[in-house]
Amino acid sequence: MNWKVILSIARTHLLAKIKQTATAALGVTFGIGAYITLVCFMTGLNKMLDDLVLNQTPHIHVFNEIEPSKQQPVDVYEEFANSMNVVHSIKPKQSLKRIHNALPLIQYLNKDDKVRGAIPQVQSQIFYLSGVIELGGSLTGIDVAKEVELFNFSDYIVEGDPQDLQNNSNGILLGAGVAKKMSLGVGNRVQISNSTGEVFPLKIVGIFQSGIAELDDIQSFANIKTVQRVLGEGENYITDINVKLHKISEAVPMAQLIEKQFKLRAIDIKTANAQFETGTTIRNLITYAVSITLLIVAGFGIYNILNMLIYEKMNDIAILKATGFSGRDVQAIFMSQAMIIGFVGGILGLILGLMLSLIIDQTPFDTEALPTIATYPINHNPTFYFIGITFAMISTFLAGYLPSQKAKKIDPVRIIRGQ
Amino acid sequence: MTPVLQTKNINKYFRKPVLFHVLKDINFSVNKGEFTSIMGKSGCGKSTLLYILSTMDTDYEGELFLNGEKVTGKDRNYLSHVRNRDIGFVFQFHYLLSEFSVLENVMLPAKKLGELSFSEIEHNAMEKLKMLEIDHLAMKRASRISGGEKQRVAIARALINNPSIIMGDEPTGNLDSYNADNVFNIFRRLSHEQGLSLLVVTHDKDFAKKTDRIIQMSDGKVLSGSLPASNV
Repeated sequence: MNWKVILSIARTHLLAKIKQTATAALGVTFGIGAYITLVCFMTGLNKMLDDLVLNQTPHIHVFNEIEPSKQQPVDVYEEFANSMNVVHSIKPKQSLKRIHNALPLIQYLNKDDKVRGAIPQVQSQIFYLSGVIELGGSLTGIDVAKEVELFNFSDYIVEGDPQDLQNNSNGILLGAGVAKKMSLGVGNRVQISNSTGEVFPLKIVGIFQSGIAELDDIQSFANIKTVQRVLGEGENYITDINVKLHKISEAVPMAQLIEKQFKLRAIDIKTANAQFETGTTIRNLITYAVSITLLIVAGFGIYNILNMLIYEKMNDIAILKATGFSGRDVQAIFMSQAMIIGFVGGILGLILGLMLSLIIDQTPFDTEALPTIATYPINHNPTFYFIGITFAMISTFLAGYLPSQKAKKIDPVRIIRGQ
Repeated sequence: MTPVLQTKNINKYFRKPVLFHVLKDINFSVNKGEFTSIMGKSGCGKSTLLYILSTMDTDYEGELFLNGEKVTGKDRNYLSHVRNRDIGFVFQFHYLLSEFSVLENVMLPAKKLGELSFSEIEHNAMEKLKMLEIDHLAMKRASRISGGEKQRVAIARALINNPSIIMGDEPTGNLDSYNADNVFNIFRRLSHEQGLSLLVVTHDKDFAKKTDRIIQMSDGKVLSGSLPASNV
């Protein structure tokens, strides 16, 4: 096949009907452009929501749950083994809130190859004191440096610096809600009291805002040692261990292993956020359904215009065939027209999509719920551009195939004699 | 001498709307350098015959030989190649590609054949145009020239690959008498000077009379002139 000749004919046809060509190409451009914009925006949004949960949620959360014993003493007693035992008003087992042997356990977990990091936390219930008013709240002791490293903790500190907390053994990161209620800011002092009524003055080194109002109204953070001191406990008093893994998929078996091995409660991220994953799946499904619809509409546009073009070019087709062009040559002429339209339209579509997504990326998006986000999220993934141009080529190929097949089969004798 | 074109017992049927026997046992041959015309009333099957001879219509019974080679039953891509190389075609309506220039129209079949470089093809095309005295039109769009000029461009295109035979379907049917004479004279000259074989279907008695031989057709049969003049 002589491609140079075929392409030059295709080019002449396309240029002679530049308006039609442009219309067909624009159909592809808008389809691909909308696809790129939509998919970048939607996946950006998805990723943001995913990160919101995944970054600050531990893959495995280990703690000691207060619960009744699964096996009551009567169940163990052999004489009643074959009888039905009913125990009324079971009380939770008296146990420690702290994790037994927490420090060796953390060391053990940190040695595991699958674990990126296991860090301790100390949870405590306290009161914020403002004159005579006592506000209930919770103070969590954390290892700031590691929280920042593993759980993007710094994203949620809207004022002050996490480093300041580490340097100040009497520092506190106050929840934004608490700070607002008590009219306090960075540099001020806040008094807290523990459950026994002991009062501790702490210096506010930063303001924390998670975006969840209920949490921000009660939650504050301090160093582990500070909280241990507030509680009057020793260095081995650790209530929670948060584990981050290298691969999130290993969370479920790992959590089961920890529960079994250490007789603790270990919640994996999948169990904790099951409904969240469903939401992501459905949003992705909608994105792809809409994108594919757009591209199919563009494909039908090309089909229509090529069909019309071939109808108008009946004479040309007859002449070409009479002067020695085979059916295959004629088909190649129209297929290359379709592919040129698809390629040019597709590339323009990618550019359009890139521009639109850059504009969206610059659009301010201010929301109290997401303190770290300033503009609408966009996921600039090159894969989408690759998929976009591939789909443009495939859809124009399919849209061009049927009309070009028709052109291939046109009987030149019928056209020449019919005039 | 091998005839340029030869048919053996060609029969053709139209199946729609009813079965109709269009061509009945057509046997004739055209020698090299002969200027032959096919005459007959409308509907006698002369055009149908011409399209079978041109290899564009393959739905027939019997055998067709071109330069001694049997072309009946060959696949379509090969037939396209044969048409491109050995047959030049001139139609009643000046079938040019209207969006291309005159020169490009003439060059196209040679580009398809692809035996020469583009510059050689362009040179040949200009030669043909000069011979037909239309070289000044070379760069014009095919849709911008007159009917007589278009027909001459079509002849130049038919000549570009130096075919074995030129076929015409009423090539002067749509032209005024001045242009018709002009086209006839071109054919005459090609036949005499270059020894080109020509086979022209026509209504025009004056035109036919001036050719070397007339094949008279009626109701799908050849009545007279089936043998080359030299053999009679």
